[in-house]
Amino acid sequence: MSSSNELLAMQSGAELLRFSTCGSVDDGKSTLIGRLLYDTKSIFEDQLQHVEDVSRRRGDEYTNLALLTDGLRAEREQGITIDVAYRYFATPRRKFIIADTPGHVQYTRNMVTGASTANLAIVLIDARQGVVEQTRRHSLITSLLRIPHLVFAINKMDLVAWDEAVYRRIENDIRGLAARLDVRDLCFIPMSALHGDNVVNRSDKTPWYAGPPLLAHLESVFIASDYNLIDVRFPVQWVVRPQSPEYHDYRGYAGQVAGGVLRTGDEVVVLPSGITSKITKIETFDGPVDEAFPPMSVVVHLDSDVDVSRGDMICRPNNRPIVGQDLEAMICWMTDKPLQPRAKYALKHTTRNTRAMITGLQYRMDVNTGHRTEGVNELGLNDIGRISLRTMTPICYDEYRRNRTTGSFILVDEATNATVGAGMLLSEQR
Amino acid sequence: MPSYLLDHLSALEHEAVHILREMAAERERPALLFSGGKDSIVLLRLAEKAFRPARFPFPIVHVDTGHNFAEAIEYRDRRVKELGERLIVASVEESIRKGRVVEEKGPRASRNRLQTTALLDCIEEHQFDACIGGGRRDEERARAKERIFSHRDEFGQWDPKNQRPELWSLYNARLRKGEHFRVFPISNWTELDVWMYVKREQLELPSIYFSHTREVFLRDGMLYAAADFIQRLPNETLTKEVVRFRTVGDMSCTGAVRSTASTIDEVIAEVAASRVTERGATRADDRFTEAAMEDRKKEGYF
Repeated sequence: MSSSNELLAMQSGAELLRFSTCGSVDDGKSTLIGRLLYDTKSIFEDQLQHVEDVSRRRGDEYTNLALLTDGLRAEREQGITIDVAYRYFATPRRKFIIADTPGHVQYTRNMVTGASTANLAIVLIDARQGVVEQTRRHSLITSLLRIPHLVFAINKMDLVAWDEAVYRRIENDIRGLAARLDVRDLCFIPMSALHGDNVVNRSDKTPWYAGPPLLAHLESVFIASDYNLIDVRFPVQWVVRPQSPEYHDYRGYAGQVAGGVLRTGDEVVVLPSGITSKITKIETFDGPVDEAFPPMSVVVHLDSDVDVSRGDMICRPNNRPIVGQDLEAMICWMTDKPLQPRAKYALKHTTRNTRAMITGLQYRMDVNTGHRTEGVNELGLNDIGRISLRTMTPICYDEYRRNRTTGSFILVDEATNATVGAGMLLSEQR
Repeated sequence: MPSYLLDHLSALEHEAVHILREMAAERERPALLFSGGKDSIVLLRLAEKAFRPARFPFPIVHVDTGHNFAEAIEYRDRRVKELGERLIVASVEESIRKGRVVEEKGPRASRNRLQTTALLDCIEEHQFDACIGGGRRDEERARAKERIFSHRDEFGQWDPKNQRPELWSLYNARLRKGEHFRVFPISNWTELDVWMYVKREQLELPSIYFSHTREVFLRDGMLYAAADFIQRLPNETLTKEVVRFRTVGDMSCTGAVRSTASTIDEVIAEVAASRVTERGATRADDRFTEAAMEDRKKEGYF
């Protein structure tokens, strides 16, 4: 936070960027986050004082910035991060939400959780180690979760004497890796989080690097097209029906736009019923708007008295999602009790709750190599695999790679109510 | 081509409205916890955004310690009347009278911890299954890991190590009987976001948020407001200071900061330049142990 005047300028037009960080303490992840918070003056004195006190009491030789992010007693005692922590900082241009996820193998489920809402992911690499198994795992998960922007932070460059050849070799290795993955926007930054080189401020040790420091990249990366603005998708969330004489005939459909741009006057179709209608008004508490786009929460009014309820999807007649009960998906399994064929779960997709049965398990994917093992009988905690499932009622969906909102679902264990699976839909039918 | 990108305050607002509607759609007996503080005042506005022109699909619940700032109670009653919504008051006084809790004694007595029992009793009496709260993840380290739909077991307790993963904006709102959720629509807001929103929405706040002259005394490096029910130690003398409050809680544990900020703009400038978190500066309840907030949350605190 540079100065209060600059911050006040933020009130108009600052954008929101959500990013996740992948890596372990060994890669300097906590140091990097600490550095971003510290250099943007987002760490407050009492927080820093607290971290310094605890570091001293524990006998750490340095101020352990990991203590800023490790919020739970168990984590501080064990010195590990066991869950996703959310951190916030702002510059005059953007407000940032960091999903800080642990990098250890057993915590794939947390990485997936943090990645699910991110516009951008930072994958940390120790310049001395180069591309390791963990780098492959993080790249694969960010690609699977379709995070639009990926930054490889080649950290600890000070420990390889700022050698450009080391950096280029790692960059080449990653480009080779990324070619086999589905990544839209790649960026590489040589840095030393410990010393602050190329994090907030440009380093004078990398004359051979023409790109921006990390913060400048985070502030300028183009995120306006991260949402799908092509395919109109409006999952009906809540029907607004005031029980008062004043609003006797009022009936509005509230929801958050999941794709495309809705406009007053648009011809629409309500799925799965297939009834067609027209948008007469798009309303907000602050008055009507001419158009609505993701992620706006609005109330849509239709011209005919059609029967629309929660779980229905409003879209354009000539651009419809897939409506079906037999689904194909990639799934990340998040609980000890394994996923098994024929098992039944509660399924939540957009605003629709239904039930689903696992009808097939095609393969398990090794998150370190991308290798697929067919003929497996179950998926365990932190496994990722491809499944077929059949839902009790049809759902209106898109391929996850086309729309992260209408292409995702969760599975819930009906006995324990635990969220057990994170699913990403594929378009291929079996 | 127009830019289809929301500014950050709008993005946070639309996310909060989505959360409120999701909760209303999936839970049968929600309630909105109102403290009189700025965060819950923002929640009321967000509820208007989510549900008007209909009425809120939940009552407003206030846990009254009996040691609240008079300005906050006056504000509460006026605002509830303006909104035309239903107010339920869970009274700590009554919990004490009924013998459900025992009042702490001495100069450091606080009713802050006693609120938990009054709240949980109220939840049980009305069978609330989702309580909307104004908690933010930037407030405190334990909150940084809390879910937006945060599960509470039948004892009202939070189990931080056994939280449901929260993916995309797909909230798992399933419960067993006797359990409930705390739902935090402004999880992703910071103190500055809240102030900027108060300004943008031109929300009225209780007067204690702005600079005023008040009788205070110094304890443990914090300024406390003088009140009949707060005993002072022999060395604690009253002085008149120009102060304001950054948070509004029970008077026995909410400290004031010296400030001349008397308008929203001045407060925003002060918050933006502040080097200490609001809880660190003014809340004694978070300072007892390193894991103070985590411990109280596990017991069922907000």
